[in-house]
Amino acid sequence: MIKRLICLAVFLIGYVSAFAQDVEMADTMRSSGKIYVVVGTIAIVFIGLVIYLFTIDRRLTRLEKYKD
Amino acid sequence: MKFIYQAWWKILAVLLVGYTIIAGFLLPVPALPILHETIRNVYFHVPMWMAMFLVFGVSVFYSIRYLGSGKEEHDLIAIECVNTGVVFYILGLVSGMLWARYAWGEYWSNDPKQNSAAIAFLLYCAYLVLRNAIDEEQKRARISAIYNIFAFPIMIVLLFILPRMTDSLHPGNGGNPAFGKYDMTNEMRAVLYPAFIGWMLIALWIATLRYRIRLIENKNNSL
Repeated sequence: MIKRLICLAVFLIGYVSAFAQDVEMADTMRSSGKIYVVVGTIAIVFIGLVIYLFTIDRRLTRLEKYKD
Repeated sequence: MKFIYQAWWKILAVLLVGYTIIAGFLLPVPALPILHETIRNVYFHVPMWMAMFLVFGVSVFYSIRYLGSGKEEHDLIAIECVNTGVVFYILGLVSGMLWARYAWGEYWSNDPKQNSAAIAFLLYCAYLVLRNAIDEEQKRARISAIYNIFAFPIMIVLLFILPRMTDSLHPGNGGNPAFGKYDMTNEMRAVLYPAFIGWMLIALWIATLRYRIRLIENKNNSL
């Protein structure tokens, strides 16, 4: 289920960006020096790391319950 | 110690750092020569050191407690805090080097601040080597606790006092004004201080995770 949703999301993003390439519209990610793209990238990296940390935290909690 | 299992402060850390990542790039900063936009590094380079201080400080606190209590857990907290602190130390040092390349011209210009940071780094490497060199557990815990208690003030002297007594390129040293005096605007403070708290909590979080893993390992080994 999750895999299918991810596939769908990837296709949708690809579809939208394929059309966005033709005509340059005034969307925010492209405006003034494109700093928003950098912000987005770093935010994605950070969110990914945070999710990773939370997963480790949850796994540990489970292990600790199992031990006691 | 219940709080290390709770989620609220971890979420707070994520929100604070997430805010600084967005606001740190988008809020206005003062236009300064040489620095230009690299002044935004302040939001990410300095919090690494603040995070390191917190976990090293916690480590010393538990080293002192260990000497009083002799509880093995206190020793485990101390070592895992140092392990986490060293990671943030490396991040602070390397991000500082990159910044120095573009602000001072060289990755390493043998600046007093850089040199004493390198020495203090070796001080903590020696702590880790010392621990691994002693096999007997209680002896290891006691000797490394004492070492840790001495290493912390020496690290403070190396990082904050000695560089400030000579000329240094680093802000806040010698005749060089700190950011706080002339260059720091209130908008920057609104990002910098949340960044300090956020990264300190993240470092604490990683340290508690490492401590919890260590507890389980310890239990398994003693069985």
